[in-house]
Amino acid sequence: MTRRATVFALVLGALGLVLPWLVYPVLAIDLVCFALFAVSLDLLFGFVGLLSFGQALFWGGGGYLTAIVLARTHVDASIAILIGVVYALVLAAIVGAIAVRRAGIYFAMITLGVAQIQYFSAFQLTSITGGENGLNLGSRGNLFGLGMEDDHVFYYVALVLIALGVWFAMRIVGSPFGGVLQAMRENEQRTIALGYRVNRYKLVVFVIAGGLAGFAGALYAIGNHLAGLEMVDWHTSGAVVMMTVLGGIGTIVGPIVGAGVFESLEYFVSKTPIGEETNLVMGFVFALCVLLFRRGIVGSFLVPRAGRVKH
Amino acid sequence: MASGAFYALLALGLSVIFGMLRVVNFAHGSMYMLGAFATYYGATLFHLPFFAALIIAPIAVGLFGVLLETTLLRRLYGLDPIYNLLLTFALVLVIEDLMRLIAGPLGSPYATPPALDGLTNLGFTLYPTYKLFVIVVSVAACAVAWWVVERTPIGARIRAATENPVLVRALGIDVKRLVTVTFGAGIALAALAGVLAAPTTNVQPTMGDSVIIYTFAIVVIGGLGSIVGSILAGFALGLLQTLGAVVFPPISTTLIFIVMVIVIVFRPAGLFGKPETSG
Repeated sequence: MTRRATVFALVLGALGLVLPWLVYPVLAIDLVCFALFAVSLDLLFGFVGLLSFGQALFWGGGGYLTAIVLARTHVDASIAILIGVVYALVLAAIVGAIAVRRAGIYFAMITLGVAQIQYFSAFQLTSITGGENGLNLGSRGNLFGLGMEDDHVFYYVALVLIALGVWFAMRIVGSPFGGVLQAMRENEQRTIALGYRVNRYKLVVFVIAGGLAGFAGALYAIGNHLAGLEMVDWHTSGAVVMMTVLGGIGTIVGPIVGAGVFESLEYFVSKTPIGEETNLVMGFVFALCVLLFRRGIVGSFLVPRAGRVKH
Repeated sequence: MASGAFYALLALGLSVIFGMLRVVNFAHGSMYMLGAFATYYGATLFHLPFFAALIIAPIAVGLFGVLLETTLLRRLYGLDPIYNLLLTFALVLVIEDLMRLIAGPLGSPYATPPALDGLTNLGFTLYPTYKLFVIVVSVAACAVAWWVVERTPIGARIRAATENPVLVRALGIDVKRLVTVTFGAGIALAALAGVLAAPTTNVQPTMGDSVIIYTFAIVVIGGLGSIVGSILAGFALGLLQTLGAVVFPPISTTLIFIVMVIVIVFRPAGLFGKPETSG
């Protein structure tokens, strides 16, 4: 870690600690949940070069399952979250087995298509999912026996859990396994020639990313008292791609910053006269990002040589 | 069957563009939406009759596509094609919300032209005249597009430039212009689908939203870049969706994606695709 990166990590950590006192606490909860969601996408896109355009499948799937369990039983929220994550992992294993057969643009289109199956299912199975209204939670319940109704309490618990998720992602990237992933991104043919079964590696990282997205989605649903259709909508898959690229792919820290900047900007724009048309601004910013600074905020300003995906 | 006619036009345009530019145009659904709005505003502001809109709207939207290609997409050709996918995704957000600002979120109906209203007796059944018209126009447009690409000198250049742009450029052909024209033509096909859709649905900013995802699934099934594959998959899946809606309505929205998964498992390159075109 360079000195600049250390300072940056400390600033980010400090910001995480005071966030619910700076902004509306539920926005702070959304922000950290999206941060881990974006990190999950970065594992795939930044470190393997696989762009999933259906990541809402896992985020929304984890969120819905957790909400369904919490709405129908009186178990501790940790059990509900666990069930949500397991569901996301199983989904990721099935979808991954299909999707890793193709790369690049096909991978993006396949993940997008499969995610739509879940979207329409959530829309139509109204007795389970609440259909168009989504699934409302009267209360957040207890997490590890602790009452979660206070937004600040929930925020700090979520922050710890999300930090653990980010730490896990960083460990993956830094491990020998992560080294193979980056080798695949740089030169897949050579990695195959070295004897690695690349599709198996892709599948494993796809499942890990799906699990992390499901975990983040579960916390998001509890935090908002709601698992709604927008959690499984393809626009959400697009939004998390935007956060990740905006922050800087292949950096792990970048997507966290990207999620923060994206969510804050969107919140800010939603309070202006064009509040119904926030996508106008978000799309414009993202287009500029893709055209002019593809390495993202963190990639451009902090890590001089990160995110080397064919610039 | 009529929905197949829309899908075939959209998938064809998407495939032609992909074959030439290696760009998956996420904004294809937005161009479809713009085609419908061009028809609607043509009628309300300039009293443009439907049959004139059928020609003028695709040209207008096609020219807008040319503008996008020359000012934006062109900048990213040297990079991983994923970046152009992301750029066109950004365009979706901007174009859709711009139309929301201009037209409002609710949309407006567009009346079926009187000459095409009513039913036609096909001998064995009565069929809505307008739907019949849509199918005829779509089949004709697909046939013309196929003929241009496969049987004319311009088509030969397009196919050659798809295979090896550097060599084609060395032969003195302006590949840049060829790319621009192809992109514009692909967009015009999407806009034509939009014009045809205007009388069948409420003309609204989000109308391209679900259509684009279906179109993606269709070109994956047909084989991205394959013209025949896209057309056939478009019509076949439109038919399948209609049948699905009759047999078991809830499945009609997901059927296309389920077929897509089955095709990917057994033929990863799509039904008509070449196996090596990954990524």
